[in-house]
Amino acid sequence: MLSEREKVVEIRGLVKSFGENHVLRNVDLDLYKGENLVVLGKSGSGKSVLIKLMVGLLRQDEGSIKIFGIDTLKLNLKELNKLRLRIGFSFQASALYDSMTVRENLEFPLVRNVKNLTRKEIDFKVEELLDAVALPNTINQMPSELSGGQKKRIGIARTLILNPEIMLYDEPTAGLDPVTCIEINNLINEVRERYKTSSIVITHDLTCAKQTGDRMAVLIKGHFKAVGTFEEVFEEATDKQVKSFYDYNFIR
Amino acid sequence: MSKIKKVDKPVITKNLDEFFNGLSKAFAFVKRFFKEVWFPPYEFKEVLRQCYEIGYRSLPLISLTGFIIGIVFTNQSRPSLAEFGATSWLPSLISIAVVRALGPLVTALIASGKVGSSIGAEIGSMNVTEQIDAMEVSAINPFKFLVITRTLAATFMIPVLVMYTDFVALMGSFASVNANELVSLSTFFVQVFEAVSFLDIFSSVIKSVVFGFTIGIVGCYKGYNSSRGTEGVGQAANAAVVMSMFLIFVEELLIMQIVNAIRYA
Repeated sequence: MLSEREKVVEIRGLVKSFGENHVLRNVDLDLYKGENLVVLGKSGSGKSVLIKLMVGLLRQDEGSIKIFGIDTLKLNLKELNKLRLRIGFSFQASALYDSMTVRENLEFPLVRNVKNLTRKEIDFKVEELLDAVALPNTINQMPSELSGGQKKRIGIARTLILNPEIMLYDEPTAGLDPVTCIEINNLINEVRERYKTSSIVITHDLTCAKQTGDRMAVLIKGHFKAVGTFEEVFEEATDKQVKSFYDYNFIR
Repeated sequence: MSKIKKVDKPVITKNLDEFFNGLSKAFAFVKRFFKEVWFPPYEFKEVLRQCYEIGYRSLPLISLTGFIIGIVFTNQSRPSLAEFGATSWLPSLISIAVVRALGPLVTALIASGKVGSSIGAEIGSMNVTEQIDAMEVSAINPFKFLVITRTLAATFMIPVLVMYTDFVALMGSFASVNANELVSLSTFFVQVFEAVSFLDIFSSVIKSVVFGFTIGIVGCYKGYNSSRGTEGVGQAANAAVVMSMFLIFVEELLIMQIVNAIRYA
């Protein structure tokens, strides 16, 4: 049934090494329109590398990444930037600009990519997104004045300001307390519903995976060992490494 | 089967390979600056903000240092001139020393410590915390926003700071000359301007533009290419200071030789 849906991302035979560290070894992956796909794996398993390759922050050694049917390797910088505007990237450490207020952080990508916006339109968009992430009162604060959870939310708001069709979340719940983790998981689901995005969520947190993912893909030693729904991947797991990953998360 | 590339062996030795790779990367960085600086988008607001950071915030340190240099250099030169009964030449001597060498050199060295390290640390920390990556994925050119703005600001502001240092150092010198030789301000400055030629001022401006560019581009290069982690930020700041100071001395030597060749041609 999934194969009948529109693929927004199609990855084939992806290989990436850093010196002698072979991070991704012949990886295949599809993301379908409107779904939340969770990529799970231990630290250093290449999850973040995978999404960084997708937005052209890194360049693969071999293989192809097609986003909306466009092969990213064949794009020049101008074309790649055009594609990047359709993809939102939420960084693990939020990557808010230290020297700018929350308002300026949100405005920054907007005013540089969308021409001829009036002050009123910019303010409306910024305020709308801060409302969407439930942080309207932080508008004039500096990133250093925000908590970890607030930074994550503002980071997500900043990526949403350009109306992306695909959202990439890099470890959205890393370093957060359990309550804030649940809030961020709910926000990821709300973003999908409200902005009609397709998402890839990179995490090693099985609670986050279960709450946000339609499908899971478990990355172990540079290969996807299992791809499917949470139940298919973990509860019916036959692979020893996938099973042990599940057991170590103390979810049972 | 996995398709994995083999790691290449060093062409010469590992260290020499790294040195030449570094050199080639640095040249590519400078080349990219000259390639991109002419084309929009122009970040005027950010350039002005950086001019304020580099110029205004360096004023207290520059003022103090410049004034002290003027006093110290005058006091140190007086005994030698006094032996020949030529203390009346002090304003001329100090003005030539300050305009030709001390002003640009001292300002550039102070700025490389203050401005270069701050640029290296700021961009290095942005690199470590993925803020530069965040710009790239938002289709914003971080090189234009971070490197070009800071390098231009340093190139504009160091000559202004040098002129200011020259003035403050001369005022320091005047304080000493006035106290000891009872020379008035107007007499002092008449002697100063008689001693200084157009070539001295022109070469001082050219020198300070080159020093400013060096401080800006080296700070940005070291920060932009800092290794990941907090240690990398410290190393970037430190390397920015060391490298820019070294280059400033080399440039001083080269420009001095060229100016002297013109002066005595």
